[in-house]
Amino acid sequence: MSQWVINGIRAGIKTTAYPGKPETAAGVTPGLPVGGDYPANDVNSLISLCPTRVFSNSDSQILVDPRRCIHCYRCIRDIERPVNWEQTYEWGTIRDGQHEFGQPFERSIHICVVDAGDCGACLNEVKQLNNPYYNMHRLGFFITPTPRHADVLLVVGPVTDHMKFALRKVYDAMPTPKRVVAVGACALTGGVFAESFVCARGVADVLPVDVEVPGNPPPPLAILHGLLVVTGRKTPATWAGSKTIKT
Amino acid sequence: MQCGFAAGSPCEVTCTRVTLPDLCGHLFLDWNFSFAGLIVEEGASEWQLRYAFYGDGDAGWVHVLVAAPLAEKTFPSIVKFVHAADWHEREAEDLFGIHFEGHPRLGDFILHDDAWQEGVEPMRRKFDPREAMRHRKPDEDWRPHRIVQEPGAFVMPVGPKYSGVTESVHFLLETVGEDVIRSTPRLFYKWRAIEKLAEGKSADEVLLLAERFAATTAFAHGLAFCQAAETVCGANVPPRAMTLRVFLAELERLRQHAGAIQEICESTALAVANAHAGICEEELLRISGEITGHRYLFGLLTLGGLLCDLANDACAKALEKSQKVLSQLNALEKHLRVSSSFLDRLEEVGIVPERTAMVYGLLGPIARASGMVRDLRRAQPYLGYENIQFDVPFEEEGDGYARLRILFAEARQSVRIMEQAVGALQSGNVRERIELRAGAALGWVEAPRGGAFHWVRLDGNGKVARYRIIPPSFANWHGFHLSVEKFAFQDFPIMLSTFDLSVAENDR
Repeated sequence: MSQWVINGIRAGIKTTAYPGKPETAAGVTPGLPVGGDYPANDVNSLISLCPTRVFSNSDSQILVDPRRCIHCYRCIRDIERPVNWEQTYEWGTIRDGQHEFGQPFERSIHICVVDAGDCGACLNEVKQLNNPYYNMHRLGFFITPTPRHADVLLVVGPVTDHMKFALRKVYDAMPTPKRVVAVGACALTGGVFAESFVCARGVADVLPVDVEVPGNPPPPLAILHGLLVVTGRKTPATWAGSKTIKT
Repeated sequence: MQCGFAAGSPCEVTCTRVTLPDLCGHLFLDWNFSFAGLIVEEGASEWQLRYAFYGDGDAGWVHVLVAAPLAEKTFPSIVKFVHAADWHEREAEDLFGIHFEGHPRLGDFILHDDAWQEGVEPMRRKFDPREAMRHRKPDEDWRPHRIVQEPGAFVMPVGPKYSGVTESVHFLLETVGEDVIRSTPRLFYKWRAIEKLAEGKSADEVLLLAERFAATTAFAHGLAFCQAAETVCGANVPPRAMTLRVFLAELERLRQHAGAIQEICESTALAVANAHAGICEEELLRISGEITGHRYLFGLLTLGGLLCDLANDACAKALEKSQKVLSQLNALEKHLRVSSSFLDRLEEVGIVPERTAMVYGLLGPIARASGMVRDLRRAQPYLGYENIQFDVPFEEEGDGYARLRILFAEARQSVRIMEQAVGALQSGNVRERIELRAGAALGWVEAPRGGAFHWVRLDGNGKVARYRIIPPSFANWHGFHLSVEKFAFQDFPIMLSTFDLSVAENDR
């Protein structure tokens, strides 16, 4: 058994410096479309190109809704004028303007994870939070199998009809105060699966959502940011500059 | 009986309802064909049921076709001879309302009986998916069908929310105490009706669905869909795109196997090994993200090639990093093989004998751990796999440890294939514009979890008229109960992890 101890020490420290310092390694995020100038003539083709309607027209500008992005890359790889794309990961936002979660959430939190029809990627990225690279225990985040011990409900997936009842039961079983974090484009908007006869348009159709983390799937750092937003240790993303001005 | 055969296309055998079970039985039991799946299509006036079988090499593909007027909804069941078709017939009964005479257990499969009205047939053409469904109020007193009727027997229900970070699935474990006597998984909590959503959408939109319904093996499923549509349209994918597809498919297999190894280490509570395997998986995710922009390889595939080219030196760099990860995996395997506390939990538990694996039509690493050596890359090559040197590892024991060894051995083969792909990268473009035509074809890929089969029918306007996904997890979930029965409760999570099952892939 001693070999495992030696192996463990030999592997060294892999853990990211985030949230103390930004993570700069390659391949930690798929990025999201952001603002910047875009020629007015091409705007309509850009809007119709996006399968999940990330871009929409509003008076003299195009609005970008990163919550809807499913990383199909049609707007940068299959187009003459690519939009601006940014390799950020601090994506957690607070839904509906509430900005204080209060003292019960400031320290260690226990998280109950529910898969409500997820494709496996978001769940796998949540699982990565436990690997040595992210090691969320160091920040006081713990996964708990039972809703009775949970402060935060983390939901992935668009919420299928068969899971609606189970999801509701898990939420009801949690003690108050409690918060809901929706992770991934499907949990936010239904993604490619909504709206259909077996799927809701995201978690907000079923439960009151407090924090949203966009991405398809959001990388582990983005999920970490979303949880840090719950504890008040990071400020939520405001998507500054997410409006593209026509030129 | 009629038989049509053209070079490069499957042998299509049209038979009557009376001869169907015998013919399928001969193919499956006597002539060593594997059962790929049942594809039901509703035509304007008649049903067409297509039973797809494949053999090694020249044996090729055999599609057994049987038709009947729409009003006649009864077909003979073939499960007496082809047990692998069990769940396929249950699915068709639930979604199309077709009755299979002689099937021992129909109903309560995809549409849960405690939630859906009777008589809903969502895959029928007349069913409008945009219409909101009236569901039953979930029945809190719903009780599962019980099989074990011994004194003192009870059912332990597990799920759909049952542990830390797990996919939603429900298990009914029947027991009289220590050992699991009977295990029945209740799936389809995550049914998103991908096949119905795809109907009437353009091929490009359906590709998004194909990539995203089971994203841990997104590239393999996207590839199977592309290959089916490209066969319909007679597209010639540029050689460079083919080689890059091989490279990426093997990178995904390597990453998925590292993830499966991590799950096995986690289930046996071996913390350091779990951390080591977790490091390998995360590093492979980062390699994928660095080279393609996306950690799960989304947004690369397109009909006729790839959406963007990858630079040769970037591929070489990714390969070099993957080789480093592989050496870490090799070191991990070396240490695991001498950790007795770890081996005790895996050896001689969850045994699936070869004959049973064959009868259930198990696929992928699980089948190969039970001695069933059939790999689509070798049996029915695609993407030019016939020109690539690699071995198909197999084991005889069929226990949890054999399944773990297969994962390590296949990871080594994947890197070996990646090396050849990088060495063989041609110059030229990676995308050919294709013209969509009407027609139908089957695409197949050896996905990390086993053979994936995608049937695509395009209409004249470039829209998808029928899309049928037959994922490997569908076959492997069918046989999963074999490995847990007669073993103790504490072995259950370990068996689950060694089977490397995806619920999202199964539920679609």
